[in-house]
Amino acid sequence: MEQKTKVHAEDGKQDLKITREFDLPLELLFKAYVEPEIIEQWMGTKVLKLESRKHGSYQVETSDGKGNIAFRANGVIHELIPNQKITRTFEMEQTPFGVQLEVYEFEQLTDDTSKLTMHVIYETVAQRDQVLKLPFSFGINMAHNRLEEVLSKIK
Amino acid sequence: MNLRRDVFQAIADPTRRAILTLVATQSMTAGAIAANFDTARPTVSKHLAILTECELLAQEQNGREIYYHLNLQKMKEIADFIEPFRKMWDDRFNKLEAIMKQHKSKK
Repeated sequence: MEQKTKVHAEDGKQDLKITREFDLPLELLFKAYVEPEIIEQWMGTKVLKLESRKHGSYQVETSDGKGNIAFRANGVIHELIPNQKITRTFEMEQTPFGVQLEVYEFEQLTDDTSKLTMHVIYETVAQRDQVLKLPFSFGINMAHNRLEEVLSKIK
Repeated sequence: MNLRRDVFQAIADPTRRAILTLVATQSMTAGAIAANFDTARPTVSKHLAILTECELLAQEQNGREIYYHLNLQKMKEIADFIEPFRKMWDDRFNKLEAIMKQHKSKK
């Protein structure tokens, strides 16, 4: 089965691409990226600040189950073209991961479907690989279940 | 052709993924693998070379024939490395989709 979300990361390069097709009209997909209340719902973060415009800035905060702040991230929006494109920086505060440049491209596929291409450029190859491995260190999800699923399909 | 093939590029190709699926259950010769595809034999050979170079396929000499089989260890490495990251985004996007669908019906 084709996966809806794809990650393309070439070995030895400092960028990666994430693509996803949505069963959503383009306008709704774009809206999910510019309205703080909506971002809070799907990202699971608290939006402290979000100025969805050219030269605007943003800051988000994630807490663990006990209400302790797990991490804060912030960035600046370099360009914002409604229903087309967002170019912004992203930085996790107090981490060694540096600043990443993110280019989001929004495309209409049909009246009811749309596609997002996220191009992320890191400062170095090492930083990109660190970020790729992050879900392990945070234990966000257990790779093993998924992996077993993948391997059992192959077998 | 690049000598140093990127493993993620290798599995991005649908024919190569199909080859990996084919040899997952049994070792097969290049001829037997090629018989499953409409593409020309040299094209299949090229795919096999790329997969072998990335160590996704392992070769095994059996008499005069060379058999290919899946290198499970390598497959596991790829899945281990990138899959949790992909899954994290997939989960987020699924949530986004569900939330926005509700959003739409509310209007």
